[in-house]
Amino acid sequence: MYQLISLISAWAIPVMITFIPLYAFTRKVPVYESFVEGAKDGFGTAIAIIPHLVGMLVAISVFRASGALDFLMGFISPALRGFGVPPEVLPLGLLRPLTGTGSLAYTTDLIRVHGPDSLIGMIASTIQGSTDTTLYVLTVYFGAVGVRNGRYALKVGLFSDVIGFVAAIAVCLLLFG
Amino acid sequence: MINGIWLGMIIIGFLFAAVNGRIDEFTAAVFDGAKSGVTVSFGLISVLVFWLGIMRIAEDAGLLKKIAKILGPIVSFLFPDVPKGHPAIGYILSNMSANLLGLGNAATPMGIKAMQELQKLNPDKETATPAMCTLLALNTASITLIPATLIAIRLNYNSADPAGIVGTTLAATAVATLAAIAADRFFRRLTLLRKPPKPPSAKSGSAPLSKTPLPNSSLKG
Repeated sequence: MYQLISLISAWAIPVMITFIPLYAFTRKVPVYESFVEGAKDGFGTAIAIIPHLVGMLVAISVFRASGALDFLMGFISPALRGFGVPPEVLPLGLLRPLTGTGSLAYTTDLIRVHGPDSLIGMIASTIQGSTDTTLYVLTVYFGAVGVRNGRYALKVGLFSDVIGFVAAIAVCLLLFG
Repeated sequence: MINGIWLGMIIIGFLFAAVNGRIDEFTAAVFDGAKSGVTVSFGLISVLVFWLGIMRIAEDAGLLKKIAKILGPIVSFLFPDVPKGHPAIGYILSNMSANLLGLGNAATPMGIKAMQELQKLNPDKETATPAMCTLLALNTASITLIPATLIAIRLNYNSADPAGIVGTTLAATAVATLAAIAADRFFRRLTLLRKPPKPPSAKSGSAPLSKTPLPNSSLKG
């Protein structure tokens, strides 16, 4: 099953990039002109995201560098230790929704120190792989269309992060604990 | 909420930096953060330009409408406000399948394109529609079949079974996605109920209004 899925993953992009223009050509679409016309929007969209991303990443960066994030992580770790959860993975729960590169670096470090097949390595890999960086996704998607009031999207994103975090730990404890 | 979080992170950061004697790090972090914001955006240029080009071909060929028509019913219960066969559905489906296959490079441009299509349906351009919130919910939970990056890292550190996390990841991501959809539904209902009753009208009951709910209100929160 895993082999099949990764085979599909590897082939998906090349096949799409070949098939879409080919199909369009049979429909008499001027494929190259069409491509260029659509691609034009890409630059402006990326540029429109800059202010949103700069603002958000500055706040996160400051929050981390000041030691506030470390303090918060030290604060919640002992609280959850009672459940048989290795305390090393708990900071990931805070880091994951805020910064993709930060949590990936932290996960990689846990894997390096404790080994990829240790319980800590498994939990960290599962947490890192099972969700996306909520704040980044929100910033980029809303930034790209200029929406300022995201309504309840942030609440929903953070809620599902918490649930995903708990589920990742529970599944790993169940299977490998 | 986003204003509070943003301001909160900066103020708390400042206080901690002051107490911990990390004021120099604070300043450095400001410009580091700004720099990575620009770097990440610039990194998006290449994928956005390329994928938006490819997707335009797909749109011009009628491929997106076709996909929306065939697979539309699958997502229409998640996006009840989007008209059937609207191109947004095609982009939403492309975004979801790219996420599913772990093709992050393709998922973001298609998601952004879906947002732009949804924005065309939006009466209030500065406030998110319920459909946008649902799309974001799906993307923040990001249901993935193959966590490719992590398998590569585990391989790097000589894991005996690099793909051993596929099952656990799938379980966790499925739970997170279901939670996101449920929460999205809950808040969507809540905002519909909280909709301001017609200006002076006496009965603020929900019955008469609920038949044709506006997809949007400019209510903050």
